[in-house]
Amino acid sequence: MKRVLLSAALAALIAGPALAGKAFVSNERGNTITVVDTETWEVITEFPGGNRPRGITVSPDGTKLYVCASDDNIVRVFDTSTYEELPSLPSGPDPELFILEPSGKRLYIANEDDNLVTVTDTETRTVLAEIPVGVEPEGMGMSPDAKFVVNTSETTNMAHFISTEDYTIKHNILVDQRPRYAQYTADGSRLFVTSEIGGTVTAMDIAEDGTPTVVGKISFDVPGVQPEWLQPVGAKITSDGSRLFVALGPANRVAVVDAQSLEVLDYILVGQRVWQLSFTPDEKYLLTTNGNSNDITVIDVAAEKAIKSVQVGQQPWGVVTID
Amino acid sequence: MDNRLIPLFAVLIWCVSALAAAAIDVRAAVLRVDYPTLLPISRYDLKPDDLGFAGAVLGDEDNGTTGGFLGHTYETLQVAVPPEQADAAMDQILADGLRLIIILADAADVLRLTDKAAEGGALVFNATAPDVDLRDANCRGNLLHIAPSRSMNADAVAQFAVWKKWGEWFLLAGSNPEDTRLADAYRRAAAKFGAKVVEDRTFEDTGGSRRTDSGHVLVQRQLPLDTQDVRDHDVVIAADENDYFARYLSYHLWTPRPVMGSGGLRPVTFHGAHEAWGATQYQTRFEALTGRYARPEDYNVWLALRVIGEAVTRAQTAEPDGVRDYALSDEFELAAFKGQKVTFRDWNGQLRQPILLYDGSITVSVSPQDGFLHQVSPLDTMGLDRAESSCTAFE
Repeated sequence: MKRVLLSAALAALIAGPALAGKAFVSNERGNTITVVDTETWEVITEFPGGNRPRGITVSPDGTKLYVCASDDNIVRVFDTSTYEELPSLPSGPDPELFILEPSGKRLYIANEDDNLVTVTDTETRTVLAEIPVGVEPEGMGMSPDAKFVVNTSETTNMAHFISTEDYTIKHNILVDQRPRYAQYTADGSRLFVTSEIGGTVTAMDIAEDGTPTVVGKISFDVPGVQPEWLQPVGAKITSDGSRLFVALGPANRVAVVDAQSLEVLDYILVGQRVWQLSFTPDEKYLLTTNGNSNDITVIDVAAEKAIKSVQVGQQPWGVVTID
Repeated sequence: MDNRLIPLFAVLIWCVSALAAAAIDVRAAVLRVDYPTLLPISRYDLKPDDLGFAGAVLGDEDNGTTGGFLGHTYETLQVAVPPEQADAAMDQILADGLRLIIILADAADVLRLTDKAAEGGALVFNATAPDVDLRDANCRGNLLHIAPSRSMNADAVAQFAVWKKWGEWFLLAGSNPEDTRLADAYRRAAAKFGAKVVEDRTFEDTGGSRRTDSGHVLVQRQLPLDTQDVRDHDVVIAADENDYFARYLSYHLWTPRPVMGSGGLRPVTFHGAHEAWGATQYQTRFEALTGRYARPEDYNVWLALRVIGEAVTRAQTAEPDGVRDYALSDEFELAAFKGQKVTFRDWNGQLRQPILLYDGSITVSVSPQDGFLHQVSPLDTMGLDRAESSCTAFE
């Protein structure tokens, strides 16, 4: 423990005076949002986040926090500096995960119960479209050029590629059981889809026009961990496209994958039932939400090591960071 | 968004995408044999008219949503008959050209109907019969078991008892043949996992009506007397498949002990309050469609149709042999709201699956329990393992 603290201190020293950023963690069971200082790793505060807060994201300017309040059937909105609640957004029933387009205008929300993706205008707070997708829509990813939204459906087991121009599905790709998360590389040339029950991550190359082609599948193997507990959920890719980090749920590990060769390089031990991931804006740290140990783990991205864990609220689910 | 455009659009996608496959219209049947039975002890256990069929409706809808993207359609016929009409119903199903058949019936009927289906080249899914024999000496190559066996259920309960360190059992079994078979499964489970049956008793089924105005008064006086003078034990294991005494046990024992098995904490494939692993979504879809809570029979039928749906989606086949071969292959895996994939045992056609332990209102635990290890899959710690099964129909 001492060594961990020491290396954390060392890392902070080397980093020099960092900007005091914040991480917001949605606590699914606690119905709260925990705010963590990403310089000191101290908890700043915890405030009510609505009923069963899960998906969490921020506006491009970092001023508004959006939270899928699943059991309230709305997206709750908070001021990121005062934590004051702002007018909510309509989301359709049981919103779980969503993705905000880079302009911050349209929010694409997966409605697990209704086989729909709801498109909500964040300015007018109105629903622009409801797009029928497969059974139990969950993961939401967006191409960097914002032309495609990718939704994964957990029981249909497909990645649906939805055009943001006309809200129709242009491509469907079958993946392994219970796909949870879709993540494009920053240059948009590759997409990764995690399959929780299948235990795999499907890699697709994305053509200029957005057409996907499956190029490989990543499997995991950790000595001493039963293969059925290697359940890929959240995933993030470094902006240079070199490293893919995959949260492995009840295996309590984050896999480090070479995002080009698809080779698994390492497994980082984190808290229990690791769910979602978020980089800090400078990409120095990767934060993981650990649902069964009620904490987040801070991973030093360059070192690919866990350096600290921070207790948050009950059953942390999602995490997002701002400068 | 005009929903009517979607199917047309889906067809267009299917034409151009890498998923290109032939259009398949999948037709299946659910055959339910309704036996004359006494009323259940609890009104909550009254059987709804659409028992099992409701799972077929949801199965068709879930498969159909996926099929909409691939050019596949799903339609499942529902047939409910008294036992004397079961054979004629199977003949009619086969005459109608249906070759994927889900049966809800007792073991003897399942076996006879399965053999009849085999003559027509049909594949049968057993959705309810728990008899170990059907997975053992009397297995059939065209019969896949969605329902867990008595030994899987008993092992699920036994593992929980052992995990709790409740190693000394008072086994109280009914006097009907099924109760005896279930009690045998519990005795085997005790031996398998190192528990001990310290008291082994039979509770006679004397028949009679279940519905009386003040039955609890007698039960309250009688049951403590019936359960006294028992060796020290940690838990009562009840084997009562006909539902005539186990549900009364929990608060009427001479020595206060937890009850498991047919009363108290029961092993089930599913129940209407199960919410873990995304099951809430199944529940809300089911309730919106049927107006009631899901029963294990509904879930089992839904799961059978999802097995068929996976074969159609991944292997592009709705032929009985094709579905069977795919289901038994290494490629097959299915998410079933149990936290891990379910697969089939290729030596006897039994679905490997976690078993929920249900107290009548919540999922208390899920077996297999932590620490019960197996060289292939922890799920194979429950029920007949490869080496124990004398089934040869799958070789």
